[in-house]
Amino acid sequence: MVAEVASSASVARTRFAVAQPARTVLAASAMSVTKETVARVANLARIALTEEELERLAPELDNIIGWVEQLGEVDTANVEPTTAVIPNTLRLREDVVTDGDCRDDVLANAPQAEHGFFAVPKVIE
Amino acid sequence: MSSYRIQGATGEWEVVIGLEVHAQVTSKAKLFSGASTAFGAEPNTQVSLVDAAMPGMLPVPNRECIRQAVRTGMALNAVINKWSRFDRKNYFYADLPQGYQISQLYHPLVGEGVIEVSLDEKDPEAEIKQIGVERIHVEQDAGKLMHDQHPTRSYVDLNRSGVALMEIVSRPDMRSPAEAGAYLTKLRSILRYVGSCDGNMDQGSMRADVNVSVRKPGEELGTRTETKNVNSVRFVMAAIEHEAMRQVDVLESGSKIVQETRLFDPDKGETRSMRSKEEAHDYRYFPDPDLLPLVLDDAFLDECRATLPELPDAKRRRYETDLGLPAYNAAVLTAEAETARWFEALLAESARIQKKGEAEVAKAASNWLISELFGALNRLGKDIEHSPVSPEQGAELLGLVADGTISGSIAKQVLEIMLETGDAPGKIVEDKGLKQTSDTGAIEAEIAKVLEANQDKVAEYRGGKDKLFGFFVGQTMKAMQGKANPQVVNELLKKALG
Repeated sequence: MVAEVASSASVARTRFAVAQPARTVLAASAMSVTKETVARVANLARIALTEEELERLAPELDNIIGWVEQLGEVDTANVEPTTAVIPNTLRLREDVVTDGDCRDDVLANAPQAEHGFFAVPKVIE
Repeated sequence: MSSYRIQGATGEWEVVIGLEVHAQVTSKAKLFSGASTAFGAEPNTQVSLVDAAMPGMLPVPNRECIRQAVRTGMALNAVINKWSRFDRKNYFYADLPQGYQISQLYHPLVGEGVIEVSLDEKDPEAEIKQIGVERIHVEQDAGKLMHDQHPTRSYVDLNRSGVALMEIVSRPDMRSPAEAGAYLTKLRSILRYVGSCDGNMDQGSMRADVNVSVRKPGEELGTRTETKNVNSVRFVMAAIEHEAMRQVDVLESGSKIVQETRLFDPDKGETRSMRSKEEAHDYRYFPDPDLLPLVLDDAFLDECRATLPELPDAKRRRYETDLGLPAYNAAVLTAEAETARWFEALLAESARIQKKGEAEVAKAASNWLISELFGALNRLGKDIEHSPVSPEQGAELLGLVADGTISGSIAKQVLEIMLETGDAPGKIVEDKGLKQTSDTGAIEAEIAKVLEANQDKVAEYRGGKDKLFGFFVGQTMKAMQGKANPQVVNELLKKALG
């Protein structure tokens, strides 16, 4: 048990090193969230925004990110990331079929279903 | 060592290849839900509300999927990370109801490993290359889309959605289509030995994303393209060959390679660009808040290690050193786990019947399996798993040859009858009266008739045409319906022709 804690702590530091570049990128862009950035993120999230919404959201998101970025001022080099607020580990399930066979439930909310399939607007590469 | 080079107008080009293999983990239930993974069910009947991404559903990992990925990593001598974590890979597509795939980017379950490939089929030790494996991570499969069932709709079947995959990522260590083919074949063999994936490429249990770039030998790596979802060893090799040639043409015409995703068209044998306007992918990975870090204890890892079988390389070397088999035989018998299992059953039973050590009966057993049984199965279009002849029956047949009850050529006939009827060889030999005879009186009588009927040839033989001896043996064996002991025939003929 002791060895385990030690190994997870060393891995946690590695994780931090890996995660660092992503944070840096975010911090850099946080200095100014442009309209283009908002449009790109909205597109990735499939959210349609009007020109006015883009105008309004850019400074709003900029403020939020700037606010969260204050956390970056804390030195966390030797702090293990919090993965859960109570000490807990991931539970694993046994390899037993216990679910499925509920096609009607699965398809119940589909805007369109045919022959047991979801039917969606044609998507072809 | 021969190296693969493409001859361009501007000189030689080297090909650099890396493979990302998606292997479906053998399990009864899905990675994060209790729905079945069985192949071929009615659409959407093996879908839980977790797989359909209904709000409020909580994924719980399947222990067996984690176990199989760990065992696979151990089989590749890879680092097993006792602490790993799941991340969300975000993108929108109709086959992905969650809007993200649960995968492992930052902390994969398995780290660096290695796969050893033999590049010389005849002598497996002659040319060996180590191909690095960068990582193995565990992730969810997506659903299946069907585009040809309706004029304006695509149909979505989520049965495959949430099935566990291992993504096995190689280093860009391969330099020819043959090396990539050998790597994929070896990886498939290991997965099947371990039992972590059935390796069934027809059913999509194993598929490869092929990364290819070209460069002038010794120069920096070129820009690569990724050809997605190639589903056979042959296609992987064809895709590499075509894609490398295409890149050489592009570069030599003064253009640049665009880093892009491509598709392989097996009918035309070529790759083509997958998206006209390649949107820069931004998956916005982040740790999945539904899942705590995965922490494995020593007991779990010990069990994974303890249940690993003898792997193909170790087995091949053991067959050579302990059983004294020729390198070629050892390689053929160990390439597939099922063949090795069959051979070992045949060997144990042969040794028991003949009251000899396994090493003493190994060579005859391996030769018979490779040339006689494989040949027969080939003709029947069956693989060894579905062989109509069992290892025990094979051993009985070999026993009959070894103790002189039947000759090798009669054994071939008996095998044919066994394949047809499923009868035991002893019974067939008894029923059809195929027992070899060493009855000198009966053989001598037939020899006398043969010599009588072929007096001209007898004269020629006595005049020095030694080669005719085989003719007399053949005639005598024919007259004896193949049942005469060949050694006795030889002796008696020599005497008669004097």
